[in-house]
Amino acid sequence: MAEKLTLEMVTPYKKVLSVDVDEITAPGTIGELGILPGHTPLLTTLKIGELSYKQDGKISHVAVNWGYLEVGDDKVTILVDTAEKADEIDLERARAALSRAEDALKTLTQEDAKFAVMEAALQRAVARIQVVNDR
Amino acid sequence: MPSLKDIKKRISSVKSTQQITKAMKMVSAAKLRRAQEAAVSARPYAEKLQQVLTNLSRREEADAHPLLVQRGKGRALMVLMTADRGLCGGFTANVSKAAERFIRDNEQGFEAIDLLITGRKGKEFLRSRVGESIVKVHENIGAHLNYKTASMIGQEIVSSYEDETYDAVYLLYNAFESAISQVVTLEQLLPIKAEAEQEVAEDTTDYLYEPDRREVLSQILPKMVEVQIFRGLLESNASEHGARMAAMDSASRNAAEMIDKLTLQYNRARQAAITKELMEIISGSESVK
Repeated sequence: MAEKLTLEMVTPYKKVLSVDVDEITAPGTIGELGILPGHTPLLTTLKIGELSYKQDGKISHVAVNWGYLEVGDDKVTILVDTAEKADEIDLERARAALSRAEDALKTLTQEDAKFAVMEAALQRAVARIQVVNDR
Repeated sequence: MPSLKDIKKRISSVKSTQQITKAMKMVSAAKLRRAQEAAVSARPYAEKLQQVLTNLSRREEADAHPLLVQRGKGRALMVLMTADRGLCGGFTANVSKAAERFIRDNEQGFEAIDLLITGRKGKEFLRSRVGESIVKVHENIGAHLNYKTASMIGQEIVSSYEDETYDAVYLLYNAFESAISQVVTLEQLLPIKAEAEQEVAEDTTDYLYEPDRREVLSQILPKMVEVQIFRGLLESNASEHGARMAAMDSASRNAAEMIDKLTLQYNRARQAAITKELMEIISGSESVK
């Protein structure tokens, strides 16, 4: 495949990625979406999850937090709150966070103010663990 | 005429002051480098967000979202970013005076202008001048600056705008230009002004929006406020270290100058004493002859 996508990923702290890739899979708010070169211009919000991209046949994964993604002219710009590559993730910590969130969710109900917070924490932990496992 | 001992004491006291200012300068220089890096690496995010927003608002009617709507001139909120610690030259004074001026100049324009201050020094400076305007103070943000704090403040502001407590929000901070120069900058945070229509070759590509335009817009706009706050804090932080470094540098230089002067005075006094002693000896020996 001659054509490539330019992927740029930035967080408020720094530019995380700036690479040419063949394919991107991102966790959109209303469902997973795959992007190939020649994609129509698109703007979508992202949810907590795992974003992966294929570069020269090699697939890499990144855990992302809230953000959004813009596709235009074979250029993909992703703005996220946090982005962690597999080697930056502390698996032990993610596991601990997961069990902590699970325990908390058992005692909480939907109406609790903390419910959404813990649910988000749970999703983040799951995304992190997934990224490490997919490595 | 101070005695030799007095002068010596003063020299050593000025010397120890100089040591302190020198050390503070070094510390500020190190902190400045880190703060500057943080400020610079935060720029791409803010710029990208601005781009997307411009793109969006070009296709959107002005009243598509509450945060874009221009309301009447009721109460305004000013977010003022200052330092937590002193000894940084005119850093806090400059920006606080600008805030005071803004309040005086716009008294007629608004029902009232409230102040939200970050940094202890700004609060102390303004308490006696426009104390009644200060509604909230955040202290010690600069030391452990992270996005979470900024987004917390941002959300607070957005919600107070949405429930119409305020009809306009401004941001006033020291923008970082270089290590020795800070520029007091005033920005309008809310309502968000769609960028002036640029004359660029209009890319007519229509975007697909997921879930839909309104939803995307309503997520991005509050984000914009948070990012602007975060960026302001970073810039202000870098500026503060720059200002402190410059202030400490000139303090060290003044101390060196003072030491020179005192040393000269000390040597003169010493010589005068020697001359006096010699004269006493000579006249004494003359008289015994």
